[in-house]
Amino acid sequence: MGKAVAIIGTGQTKHGRRNDVSYPELVREAVKAALEDAGLTPKDIEGVVSGTMPSMMEGISDTHLYFADAICEVGKPVLKVETCGSTGQSIAHCGFYWVASGAADIVLVVGSEKMFEGDGQATMSTVADPWFLKPFSAGAPGVFTMQAMEWMHRFNIPEDKAREAAALISLTNHDNALNNPFAHIKITMTIEDAKNAFIITYPVRLLDVCPTSDGACAVIFASEEKAKKICKKPAWIKGVGFRGEEYFLGESNKSIWPSATEAAKHAYEQAGIKNPLKELDVAEVYNPFTYQEMIFYECFGFCPRGEGPDYVLKGTFTMKGELPCDPSGGVLCTNPIGASGLIRLAEAALQVTGKAGARQIDGAKLALSHAMGGIDQFNGVTIVGADL
Amino acid sequence: MADEKPKEKPREMRAEVTVPYEMAVGSNWHRFFEGLKEEKILGTKCRKCNRIFVPPRSFCPRCFDDNEEWVEVGQEGRIETWCYSNLMFPGQTLKPPFVPVQVVLDGTDMGFQHRIAGFDLSDFEKVRALVKFGGRVRAVWNKEKKGTIFDIDYFELVT
Amino acid sequence: MTKEYETIINTITLPYRWALGPAWTRFFDGLKEEKIYGTRCRKCKKIFVPARSFCPDCFEDLDEWSDVSQEGTLRSWTLVKKSHYGQVRRPPYALGLIHLDGTDCDFIHFIGGIDLSDLKKVREKIKAGTRVKAVWNKEKNANIHDISYFKPLK
Repeated sequence: MGKAVAIIGTGQTKHGRRNDVSYPELVREAVKAALEDAGLTPKDIEGVVSGTMPSMMEGISDTHLYFADAICEVGKPVLKVETCGSTGQSIAHCGFYWVASGAADIVLVVGSEKMFEGDGQATMSTVADPWFLKPFSAGAPGVFTMQAMEWMHRFNIPEDKAREAAALISLTNHDNALNNPFAHIKITMTIEDAKNAFIITYPVRLLDVCPTSDGACAVIFASEEKAKKICKKPAWIKGVGFRGEEYFLGESNKSIWPSATEAAKHAYEQAGIKNPLKELDVAEVYNPFTYQEMIFYECFGFCPRGEGPDYVLKGTFTMKGELPCDPSGGVLCTNPIGASGLIRLAEAALQVTGKAGARQIDGAKLALSHAMGGIDQFNGVTIVGADL
Repeated sequence: MADEKPKEKPREMRAEVTVPYEMAVGSNWHRFFEGLKEEKILGTKCRKCNRIFVPPRSFCPRCFDDNEEWVEVGQEGRIETWCYSNLMFPGQTLKPPFVPVQVVLDGTDMGFQHRIAGFDLSDFEKVRALVKFGGRVRAVWNKEKKGTIFDIDYFELVT
Repeated sequence: MTKEYETIINTITLPYRWALGPAWTRFFDGLKEEKIYGTRCRKCKKIFVPARSFCPDCFEDLDEWSDVSQEGTLRSWTLVKKSHYGQVRRPPYALGLIHLDGTDCDFIHFIGGIDLSDLKKVREKIKAGTRVKAVWNKEKNANIHDISYFKPLK
């Protein structure tokens, strides 16, 4: 893994519809918060990594040029990384590797999106080729629903049971979001609301789906030496894993999602985790759709294959459960896509450093964060811990 | 110095951006679309792992070998997965409701993205009763061929 | 001539609504009143035009507003002769980097009010160091084109 690396500061914007600020102003809000959290100034930053969705999202190409001033890019090396929804984990890994290599001591990583400025689904339809996949595009829900259907069929999960579990996941996340001052969607709802919401792509309903959000997140990575000097309680990177899959949707078995499974396995090996359900204290799983969250539980070894809904219905992943998932309310309640994967990591870091406020899991020491991107194609996992 | 407070709340600027592209189909997919014009579904085969790809890939994503062997595959297959699309998104080609499907065509080794149609799709409960995992479907050809994926109009349920 | 390879034309049109934020909203409102606003950094004392909400060097909030001069010095310029996709004006047109008096950065806009058809004549009229002055559009839309162009001063 290279040299030891820690997270010494995180910052988030208030997420939601942020037409009160321009894109650079939005990004700066997160960067400023992260610098304040770490007690640093822009001069202390040695390198910057930026990540967003495709330029078409905001209609300004290579937006990191546009908000260069806001990410303290002036006079510094800068990298831009894009892997669609998994961007937030990709840029985190990029910042991690930069410091782990010994080439820099302090690196700023910034993920952002201003989805209300463009059309999210129209932008995402440009991710698919115009010949084979785009003609049948039904927005992101189309892809994820096909995967969910395949999963239910392969593991003989009754659709009614999956729907019940999906509704509970929706409720848990929406309840959790009420404890998160940065979260976008803050509503009180019931299981029945989720089960009977408008069908978007059967069986996925309105409350099974994430919103589009404006928002940014910044995370500062530091070497062991600097972290110990600057930060009283850093969050240490214990493991990172990232895997890709073939482009064409039908080519790999999405019901066991090889990229998610292998990315987690790789990270677990580095972190020395053998029984994730027992050893992890909290997980921030990338959950733009409730059904995907259950598939991820299985891929990450939180439960056996095909038993995601059973474990959900037992309450395993609620705030009081054995392994609380997404105490932040997750992507389901906040989704500025380029930032979403990094928000998962920032939230995990807050948890293991005891700074998560009302959404804190008592005594959390080891946390998983994750993001997924492309046409069900990429998965990245980062594990952080309270101890080096 | 002008120090009075701003008169208005922050505004937005509306715009529409149009960008033109001319995209190369490539000889591999060109041959596939020419095949569709003749009501043939062509795939390529990897000589290393023996998998048959539809649409054809010019190389195997796993073995990274050139795929040089062409095969005509079945026009029937089984439903690997499907969904029911009920909401119109900007940028969508087909109007909801429609039923995207992954079909594993006979003789191939993976799902092929298309749509199921040929019956009333307006009631999703009825669709759900008819469309089954593993169910058989058959390509229905468009009379008018344009060398695009819609030369196959849709897949119909084989009963 | 037949094409060697098959291609398809794929035109993508997407709608946007860009948030101006408080600083640029106020800047554009200023243009409507024929004023050019900059903001000043308390720390480095620089005045930026167009107005910014934070200093790119000091990272400080900028809340000191300044109604800056409408005259300035041309730092650099070019004559655009070739058309390309998405251009706002049809060539030929001249672009200038203008350093407005009293400010600390350059500002990009059109140079106009002179015959642009003959490069030789243009080169006589505009040079780095030429003094220029804003010429306002009669019709104001609270955007950058409320300034029609900058005109070289004799």
